[in-house]
Amino acid sequence: MPVTALPEGLRSWQRRTPRGQIAVWFGWLLAVAFTVFCWRVMTQGTIWAFVWDAPTQAADIGARMVPPRWSYFPALLKPLWDTLNIATLGTLAAIVLSVPVAFLAARNTTPSVAFVRPLALFVIVASRSINSIIWALLLVAILGPGVLAGIVAIALRSIGFIGKLLYEAIEEIDEGQVEAIRATGASGAQTLAYGIVPQIMPAFAGISVFRWDINIRESTVLGLVGAGGIGLNLESSLNTLAWPQVTLILMVILATVVVSEWVSAKVRHAII
Amino acid sequence: MSAAHAPARRWRPPPLIANPYLRYALLVGAALYLALALGSVEVNWARLSDGWARGLRFVSGFLEPNFSRRWDDIVQGMIESLTMTVTSTVMGIAISVPIGIGAARNVVPRPVYYVCRSIIAVSRSLQEIIVAILLVAMVGFGPFAGFLTLSFATIGFLSKLLAEDIEDIDPAPVEAIRATGAPWPSLIAFGVLPQVAPRLLGLSLYRLDINFRESAVVGIVGAGGIGATLNTAIDRYEFDSAAAILILIIAIVMASEYVSGLIRGRVK
Repeated sequence: MPVTALPEGLRSWQRRTPRGQIAVWFGWLLAVAFTVFCWRVMTQGTIWAFVWDAPTQAADIGARMVPPRWSYFPALLKPLWDTLNIATLGTLAAIVLSVPVAFLAARNTTPSVAFVRPLALFVIVASRSINSIIWALLLVAILGPGVLAGIVAIALRSIGFIGKLLYEAIEEIDEGQVEAIRATGASGAQTLAYGIVPQIMPAFAGISVFRWDINIRESTVLGLVGAGGIGLNLESSLNTLAWPQVTLILMVILATVVVSEWVSAKVRHAII
Repeated sequence: MSAAHAPARRWRPPPLIANPYLRYALLVGAALYLALALGSVEVNWARLSDGWARGLRFVSGFLEPNFSRRWDDIVQGMIESLTMTVTSTVMGIAISVPIGIGAARNVVPRPVYYVCRSIIAVSRSLQEIIVAILLVAMVGFGPFAGFLTLSFATIGFLSKLLAEDIEDIDPAPVEAIRATGAPWPSLIAFGVLPQVAPRLLGLSLYRLDINFRESAVVGIVGAGGIGATLNTAIDRYEFDSAAAILILIIAIVMASEYVSGLIRGRVK
């Protein structure tokens, strides 16, 4: 922390040396310049007349959206049930698939750090990098439109999420308990069941419920690409410009998300 | 009566739910739900066997990705995605720092706190893709709609986590600065922000990552970026091009996770 003497014999404190000050300013300058450059590139094709027109458009759409078409609600019950199933069955499938991946990826349980672990980590990264709606887009092309594509899409996306958090939990366990179980002459499977599993159980349950909550959220929009659920109704209402129906669907989605968040918070609170 | 006749006692781990009635009720409920849910999933086996060949083509496309057929589209889409990611993250940070400070219970008056918390709640409860649909309808197709969507989504994420960090800070430095008679802005600048700066940097880098991944999604509904290219490739069943795009996305996400890990390690 540099202190400079002022002419009157006072001393002035500054946070950085002059050289440090310049370096920091230069860093900020570069960051700003880079952002402006990106902005210029991004907005090359933007038609500004449309952008300035947006408030009018928003007011227009807003006016069309009220009042919601309440009579449409009974038609939404089946899609809502489908949405719930996509999220729940997808999460269950992901749990089944991600547990072995997590054990293979954790440094202390993997059979081979050099070969198996990188492979498991790649599975986790690949699954995590691709959003469930993109998985759904692919699976609708492969499996055909419907709930099944949605379930598989949710499962494929969730493997990475659950796998990553679970393998981190496995790596953080207390080795002493594992050692103690092994010292009794337990086999590998028994060590796993009595030494490792009880330690990661709370984290595992918490992660699964948390992912279920996220999956409810994501499964409401999977229908936009044809993968079943309430998103299908959203898509068809948007395509026919039936804005009062869109409002009702958005309200139902919002309510579902709030309820699932509440359930997941309650369950996680009960577990931990 | 000898001890040999006593039944051998075997230790069992305690059950997860202690109350047996609740335990069995939950089990039966879960089984019932599973039966109903699986029963309502319609599987079209004929369509599935049709799709099998396509699935194999997709897997083989992953092994032999075709970068060249759509290379110009891919480059254009990637440029849009990356610029959209950078600008929306910067814009999101610029907006969410004040909102995050406003949403921290310990540094602002109550009314400001409630206003900022409700902004966060609105931003968090609307999904990116729905916001993108509405914004595309308002400002037209292209990356600008994507930029607005991602900025909006960033606000909810960053402000909430920043506010929670500010609520957890050590109050002593703030108290010390307040004791010197410093006004509120200095209090924030010298007492609060230095304590949360490393976390803020980490969160921003993490959000940069998420925004890139999301930029691939908003393109599906017309908001620009690599998602539009991907959508076209899949719609035309060009799985080798789609695989090339997915591989690029995975590679960029991996690289950015690695770099942000390095930066966070240095700052900590």
